[in-house]
Amino acid sequence: MNESREPYPWILFREDLCTGCRCCMIACSLKHEGKVWIEASRIRIYELIPGVHVAVYCVRCFDHPCVDACPTGALSFDKSKFLVLVDESKCNLCGKCIEACPGSVPRIISGKKSVVVCDMCNGNPECVRICQMLGYNALILVRYEPRPQFKEFLRDPMEATQKLKEKYFNRG
Amino acid sequence: MRDIPYGFHGKILDIDLSRSKIKVLEFDEEVYREFIGGRGLATYILWKEFGLDWSKVNPLGPENLLIILTGPLTGFWPGGSRVCISGKSPQSLGIIGSTVDSDVGVELKASGYDGIIIRGASKDPVYLFIYNDNIEIRDASHIWGLKGSEIINWIMKDIYNELKSLEKNKGLPSHPGYLYIGPAGESMVRCAAVISRRSHGAGYGGYGAVMGSKKLKAIVVKGCNPLPEVYDKDGYKDMLYRLWKFIGEKGRRFREWGTAAGGYVVGAETSSEPIRNWQSEWHNNKRVHVSEYQYYWMRHRWGCYGCPISCMKISYTNCRWLGKVVTDGPDYEAQAYLGTNLGVFNPRDNICLTALADELGFDSIGTGNLLGFIAELFEKDIISEKDLGFKVEWGNAESFAKLMKLIIERKGLGNIFAEGTYRAALAISKIKGVDVTKYAVTVKGVAVGAHGVRSCLDYTKPISYAVSVQCGDHTSTAKLDYESGEPIAIFHDSAVICSFTAFHVSFEDQLRFLNVVTGWNLNKDVWLNVKARRILFLQRIMLLLGGPDIYWDPRIHDDVPPRFYEPLPEGPYKGKKIDRSEVMRQRIEYYRRVGYDEYGIPRAEELKSLGLNDAIEAVKIIKERLRT
Repeated sequence: MNESREPYPWILFREDLCTGCRCCMIACSLKHEGKVWIEASRIRIYELIPGVHVAVYCVRCFDHPCVDACPTGALSFDKSKFLVLVDESKCNLCGKCIEACPGSVPRIISGKKSVVVCDMCNGNPECVRICQMLGYNALILVRYEPRPQFKEFLRDPMEATQKLKEKYFNRG
Repeated sequence: MRDIPYGFHGKILDIDLSRSKIKVLEFDEEVYREFIGGRGLATYILWKEFGLDWSKVNPLGPENLLIILTGPLTGFWPGGSRVCISGKSPQSLGIIGSTVDSDVGVELKASGYDGIIIRGASKDPVYLFIYNDNIEIRDASHIWGLKGSEIINWIMKDIYNELKSLEKNKGLPSHPGYLYIGPAGESMVRCAAVISRRSHGAGYGGYGAVMGSKKLKAIVVKGCNPLPEVYDKDGYKDMLYRLWKFIGEKGRRFREWGTAAGGYVVGAETSSEPIRNWQSEWHNNKRVHVSEYQYYWMRHRWGCYGCPISCMKISYTNCRWLGKVVTDGPDYEAQAYLGTNLGVFNPRDNICLTALADELGFDSIGTGNLLGFIAELFEKDIISEKDLGFKVEWGNAESFAKLMKLIIERKGLGNIFAEGTYRAALAISKIKGVDVTKYAVTVKGVAVGAHGVRSCLDYTKPISYAVSVQCGDHTSTAKLDYESGEPIAIFHDSAVICSFTAFHVSFEDQLRFLNVVTGWNLNKDVWLNVKARRILFLQRIMLLLGGPDIYWDPRIHDDVPPRFYEPLPEGPYKGKKIDRSEVMRQRIEYYRRVGYDEYGIPRAEELKSLGLNDAIEAVKIIKERLRT
C-alpha cells in the first residue's frame, strides 16, 4: 500500500508551449540508441496539421494491459518505479502489446530486437531535460502518487489534432 | 574506411518521369568531399549532365532536372531538416540553390537516400511515394488542382492512414515529410514555390514551376531507419548539445518574434523596406509593428525539426473576403512583400494575402514583387481596368488576391504576368510601347529580397544583389571582400543547414561540426579558396551561359535594379540613392577578388587551378557571345 502512494516522476506535455521542434525525439534516440533515429524515440511529437502538435508517450496505466497481453513474459510491470519494463531476450516482436495498448504506444522498428517503451531514464527523462534546457518547457516533470486517472492524458494524435485545430483556428 | 563519407548514404534516387524508371545513383567519395551536398552537389550534377549544352535547356521542358538534395548535416545540425531544391531556374536561367525546411530531409535520410533527381516529365499528374526502400510513382489526378491546405489534409488522412496500415502491429509511425506544389506551380507560374508544411517554401528560383512542368504534384516520404552513422559519435553528441544550448540562448529574441519584428523596424529604423514597389523604403506605421501581430494574430509558436529557436509563428484570422485563414507569422519577407510593398499596412490583410499565396503555391517574395510591379503600372496608367476587368490599387488587398487568381488562370494579361516580373516587363514594354523595365525590381530575373540598398543601413549593400550568383536572393548576397558573403551561403546551402541557426555559430565551429559528422578535415582556407569558389565559378558559368530565351551580359546585368538609382523620396534618409560609379568600382573590385576578369567571367587560369578545365570551353562561348 505504502509503495504505491510514494510520489513518482511523471512526464506532462503542455501542448500550448510545444513548437513541434522534436528535439526531445532526437535526444531520446541518441540516449537510448546512440544515434539519431526518429522512429526509435520513445516519445513522439506529431504534426498532422502544420503548427498543431500532439505528444504520445507511455502514460503508465494502472492496469497496464500491454503486460497482460504479452505472451512471452517479455513485458513486466515494475511496481517500485511504476513503469513497464521490456526484457529484450524474451520479446518475439508479436505486437500483442501494441494491440492491447489504448494508444498503440509501444513501437516495433526494424533493427531493434524488441519492442521499445519509455523507461523514464531512471527518473530523469532525457526528453524533459532537453525541452527544459532549451527553455521551451513543453515537457515538464511532475511528482505524484500514481492514479488511475493519469491514463486520461493519453491522446489519439489524429483526434487531438482536429480538436486543437478548432481551438487555435476557429476563434475571432 | 568506408567508401562513402560518414553522414551520407551515398545513394541518390534518379527518377525518370517520362519513362517511369527509378534508378539509384552513387557517386565517388571524392565528389561528396569536393561538392558536399545540396547546392554544391546539384551544381556538379547539372554541370555533368548538361555542360556546354546548358543554353539549350528549357527550364520548363522535360530536359531540365528537378534536384532535391539533403546535405551531410541534414538531420544532424541543431536546427532544421532542410533540403536544397535546384535545377535550371526559370527565373535566372542559372542554378539557384533554394532551401526549404521540410521533414522530407530527415525522412529521406531515414529511408536510406541522400536526395532525389527528377528527370523527364509525366504525361499525367503523378506524386512520389517513398516508404523506406519502396519507391512508387503514383497517379495524382485526384489531387491535381488542390490547394495547400487540401493537399495537407489528403496527406494526413489518406497517406498517414496508409502508413499506419503499413506499420500495422508495429505501433504508430510519426508523420511523413512532404513537398508539394499548389495551383501556381501547376500553371508553371515562374514565381511558384515548392512548398512544405503549409508556409515553408523553396521560393527563389521558381522551382514550383519546374515541378509543375513535370506534372509532379507532391513527394511524400516516410523512413523508419536511423540516420547514417556519424564519424565521431561522442564528439557529435557533445557538440550537438553544446550548440543547442548556445543557439537556443542566442536565438531567444528570434523565438519571440522571428523575423516578423522586421515589418516595422526595417522600414522605420533602417529605411530599407519595399513600399509600393520600392518607390519608398521608409514608413513609421506602428500598425504593422510586431507587437500588433503578437497580441492579436499569432496563435502559436512554431519550430522546425531539431531547432532550439523555433522562429516561426502560426497566425490565424477570419477575413471578410477570404474566410478563415491560417499562415505563418507572417515572416518579415511576407510582411514586406505582401504588405508594405503593396501599400498594405493592415496586419489582417497582410495575413490574408500571405495565407492566399501559401494556399495557391506562390513564393511570397517573387509574387509580392510582381504584384507591386503590376500595381505601379496601374498607378502610372500604363495598364488600366480595361486590360484586367478590375482595378488594382495600393492597399487594396482584395484586388491583389484577384490578381493572383488571374495569374494562375493565365487569362489575358495574366498569361504575361505568370512569366514573372522581369519577363512581364519585357513583354508589356513591347505591347504598350513604353519602357517599363525600370519598374522591375529584379536582378537577372530574380526578385530582390525585401532589403533595400539605398540607405546602406541594412546588411545589404550596393553589390549584394548585383553580382551575386543567386541574383536577387537575399540569403546569398555577395560581399565586397568575397569571403564573408557567398562562400558562407554556399556552405549553408551545401551542408544544407538553416542560416538562422548557423549565424550564431562561428564559421570554424560550423566546419568542426561538419568534420565531426563526416570524418573530413575541411578547413576554412580550403573551403573559401577552393571548394566554395569551385561551386561559385560553375554556378557563374551556367548563369552566364543562360538561355534559351534570355542571355545575361555582366556589363549590363551585374547591376542594381534601376529603381535603386532613384533617390529615396521620404524619411530620415530622404535623397539617398545608389551612385552608379560606386557600383562600377565595387563590381571591379569584387571581380578581382573572386578571380573574374574585367567582364565578370571566371579567368581561365583560375578555372585550371580549381581543376575545372572542362569549363574553359564554356568561357570561350560566353566571351564570343559578349563580343557580338
